[in-house]
Amino acid sequence: MAQTVLHTANTRGAADHGWLKSFHSFSFAGYYNPDRIHFGALRVLNDDFVTGGMGFGEHPHDNMEIISIPLEGELQHKDSLGNTATIKAGEIQVMSAGTGVYHSEYNPDGKNPAKFLQIWVFPNQRNVEPRYDQITIDRDTRNEFVQVLSPNADDAGVWIYQDAWFNMGRFDANTAKTYQLNKEGNGAYIFVLNGSIKIDGQDVHTRDGFGIWDTDKFEISASTDAEFLIMEVPMKF
Amino acid sequence: MWLYHKAMINILIVCTNEPIAATIARLIDKVEDWHATIALSLNDAMGNCYAKTFEVILIGSGITQAQEDILKLHLEKLKASSAVVKHYGGGSGLLYAEIYQALATK
Repeated sequence: MAQTVLHTANTRGAADHGWLKSFHSFSFAGYYNPDRIHFGALRVLNDDFVTGGMGFGEHPHDNMEIISIPLEGELQHKDSLGNTATIKAGEIQVMSAGTGVYHSEYNPDGKNPAKFLQIWVFPNQRNVEPRYDQITIDRDTRNEFVQVLSPNADDAGVWIYQDAWFNMGRFDANTAKTYQLNKEGNGAYIFVLNGSIKIDGQDVHTRDGFGIWDTDKFEISASTDAEFLIMEVPMKF
Repeated sequence: MWLYHKAMINILIVCTNEPIAATIARLIDKVEDWHATIALSLNDAMGNCYAKTFEVILIGSGITQAQEDILKLHLEKLKASSAVVKHYGGGSGLLYAEIYQALATK
């Protein structure tokens, strides 16, 4: 029988650094909740708001798959691999930190905030050569799951060093579809960007997170027009 | 008058990437009663464990599983009860949770 967990939006950790407001679905930085450390290989899900003209100065990472999905606005990215890029809503960015990479992310818009999801997944290999990639994702398709990440370089979306698949969904109200997990032993954490959905009968609203595992499929139905992200990850890694 | 002191928590960072190790050490030393020591190689780490008792040993980037296993064997021989945990992320994001969890399991 499927097991589930619901993290409502108002139970997330919150940090306000002035220039950065962040909501943490799992323990992060100064927010520590021993009951909210990770969901399988999914370790970080931060819902970030970066004030215009501000950003994250150069800082290091190692041994983590770091995925950023801008929701509004844009970020200027620079890293120690020599990449300089701008990433904006409708794109997805991935960094395999591996043996170590330094990067900065800056909101170049002097007025408007950049809003993005920052997602960290434990890698299935440590000490890999660091890499960076970004691609445009399809946010126009409605009522279908749109894959934006997988473990396979030749599959749709970006790829990471983990048996994980991410799909985005933009559903019209009263649309229902069944999500089939890609790999036995995986679970899925669904984060609602806006609107309300039901997952196997559980109501899940804007910015709520819902985890489901010990199953090979589940149904998502939209109670309203809704946009969501499905993060399928190994539960044991 | 009695003076009570909280015991210092010594944390060893084993990481071949010197700038990242220094960043982690700086973050640890910001916490009252935590003290970081850096080892940039397995040999360095083993030497440090001879000289001092560490409550937590963080395995950072550049250290292989085989090296981690050798270090654990070394700690067994020393009868050291250090909690050995892998460090991920390279910065402040996960660091404190990793250390709190390691201390909770000791």
